[in-house]
Amino acid sequence: MKLGFSQAEEQFRAECAAWLQSQLNGDFADIKGLPGMNSMIERRKDWEQRLAENRWSVIGWPEEWGGRNATIAQQVIFAEEYARAGGPNRANHIGVELAGPTILAFGTEEQKAKFLPGIANGTQIWCQGYSEPNAGSDLANVRTKARLEGDEWVVNGQKVWTSLAHYSDWIFVVARSEEGSKGPKGLTFLMMDMHQPGVEVRPIEQINGDAEFNETFFEDARCPADSLIGTPGDGWRVAMGLLAFERGVSTLGQQMGFRNELDAIIAAAKTNGLDKDAVIRQRIAKAEIGLRLMRYGALRMLSHADSAQIDGAALTYKIQWATWRRDLGELAMDVLGQAGEIAEGDAYEWSALPNMFLFGRSDTIYGGTNQIQRNIIAERGLGLPREPRGDK
Amino acid sequence: MEFAFTDEQVMIAETVQAFFKDNATSERTRAAMKADGIDRELWASFCTELGLAGVGLPEDFGGAGLGMVEFAIIAEAAGAQVAALPLLGLATAAQAIAAGGSEEQKAEWLPKLVSGEAIAAAQSIYGLSVSGNTLTGDVQFVPHGASADVFVLINADGAWIVRKDAPGVSVTTHTTMDQTRPLATVSLAGVAAEPLADAGAARDALHNGAWICLSAEALGGAQEALNRTVAYSLERVQFGRQIGSYQAYKHRLADMLVDIEQARSAVYWAACAVDEGSDEARLAVHSAKSFCADTYFMCAGNMIQLHGGIGFTWEHDAHLFFKRARSILSMYGNGDWHREQVAALIMGEAA
Repeated sequence: MKLGFSQAEEQFRAECAAWLQSQLNGDFADIKGLPGMNSMIERRKDWEQRLAENRWSVIGWPEEWGGRNATIAQQVIFAEEYARAGGPNRANHIGVELAGPTILAFGTEEQKAKFLPGIANGTQIWCQGYSEPNAGSDLANVRTKARLEGDEWVVNGQKVWTSLAHYSDWIFVVARSEEGSKGPKGLTFLMMDMHQPGVEVRPIEQINGDAEFNETFFEDARCPADSLIGTPGDGWRVAMGLLAFERGVSTLGQQMGFRNELDAIIAAAKTNGLDKDAVIRQRIAKAEIGLRLMRYGALRMLSHADSAQIDGAALTYKIQWATWRRDLGELAMDVLGQAGEIAEGDAYEWSALPNMFLFGRSDTIYGGTNQIQRNIIAERGLGLPREPRGDK
Repeated sequence: MEFAFTDEQVMIAETVQAFFKDNATSERTRAAMKADGIDRELWASFCTELGLAGVGLPEDFGGAGLGMVEFAIIAEAAGAQVAALPLLGLATAAQAIAAGGSEEQKAEWLPKLVSGEAIAAAQSIYGLSVSGNTLTGDVQFVPHGASADVFVLINADGAWIVRKDAPGVSVTTHTTMDQTRPLATVSLAGVAAEPLADAGAARDALHNGAWICLSAEALGGAQEALNRTVAYSLERVQFGRQIGSYQAYKHRLADMLVDIEQARSAVYWAACAVDEGSDEARLAVHSAKSFCADTYFMCAGNMIQLHGGIGFTWEHDAHLFFKRARSILSMYGNGDWHREQVAALIMGEAA
């Protein structure tokens, strides 16, 4: 058991760091440290292309698809250095982390050729069509319908909480393709072009005044018959496989972003003297400890990437970071005091910490609420029985 | 990136888990609680048959030459069964002698501690009257102090070895809430103490050993509290359902696992950092002690609550976990103190 990385890995770290810093202090200084996901999308697409030109955009992918076949340790290192250098949130993170790996794992050669290059270079931005008004955490309750008409799927229905749909080019949709089917059966996993008649995106204004989430409506929207991943009716398996990609190395990059937020809170406390307040010191220490434990928890998970023995840690990770960050937002506001109540511009425009406080309320909801996460931990991690369901 | 056990570490873990599960039974622990809080037979097997007492101690003096990671693996397994053993003395007094003792001091004491022939205890002596190497006053709250043959005592200025049979030493035993680790008062009346050669190194080793040992015991205890509560929730049926199927119940168990997984990271981060002499070692040990102690107390408290009435009885083992957890909260610095150390490390001293 070791804490550190090997010499070769540290060399790789130096290589990543040097390149990222040269870019983010050079051509891309304008988007260095850019918060949120919504602004300067064109510049952030340019950035995706620059990453791809230097084979940094999808480093875990095989070399033939623009990656570096990077080891998990290398992916971790890149994610950490990316965040440390102030890299903006990846415009295509759903494409890079979810759609791409799904296509790599389950797609045909034609699908790989059609989609992977565009994902790697940021010219195809993706979003995820899972949630519906009646199927949030209860994904098996999907009602969006897909029917095969000749050589096309025709899709009708509505998705909700579609992050970044307003600037996405493609969406993967879980739709019910067998009339009258229930639950996880009869679902099909489709890749749909967002730029077509019959797809309408309505941004949802959020608690922080921003709009990164959307409602997405499909009215006789179409895609070629071979746009599905897996087989018709097999969408649940694909969707579940995709969820497995969600716990991965990006967690460590995310932590470096959290590090920056906690450092900003400490800096604010030093400015207004609350760094001498015993209660605030306790809370900052707790936050620091929580952050470190997330890092070593993630390293533990990734060191055991091929092993089942770490399942408990993997299952608990979402609730751990989401709860930690919600608490961090509350700490930020307590440290800022009334200064945290004042928006920067005339508009309802928030600087990073108050925005984090507001946005943090979504962390414990999306991707499965904390309550759903606790059920998952209890049932899969601890082997407890399911609660009897009302729909059976 | 190898933040995972080596094959050898996995083997140690499997061995010690089986050993404590089979031998540190409730009956034996309870028998030890009625005596001096030590299961002598268990301690003899631990030291001689398995040779575990020397795990974190140098090979030149009979130890196995391994590190704090291996020690933590053992303390975790012992803590999981609330074993009545003077393990903390190995983590503190023996570590202090190994790190700060002269060759003679090491040669005299370490082989005896490794073989189980002698039992050691350690404590801080703030407020005692110290004149040169002569100590006077009461040393309170010495863990397993009544059973120890040798004490390592420290303050900000020095570190000393004091023999139980030295002139002027007397020991008062106390009935302690956690009877698996009773506390004693060691009274010193002008006792000639033997200074450790390198007091600073001894002090650091003693503290790191204490914090890692207690953190690891807490981790093991918390995990076992969860395991036993999960097992109970699958057995017990109320209103026609296993109680483990109720969300109110499941969510508390899930919260236990969430914190336990973090505690696990904390223990092995701290142990590794100390073994590697990492810059993060101080941050890690303070983080581990505060987080793991809180986790254990939460889990042991939940264990009582989620067992209902039976969990409140003397007959059930839940109180052994609960009392051990409570004692760990106070020992070697409480959570607020450790978090203040973390705060000082990341943003400077308080006003």
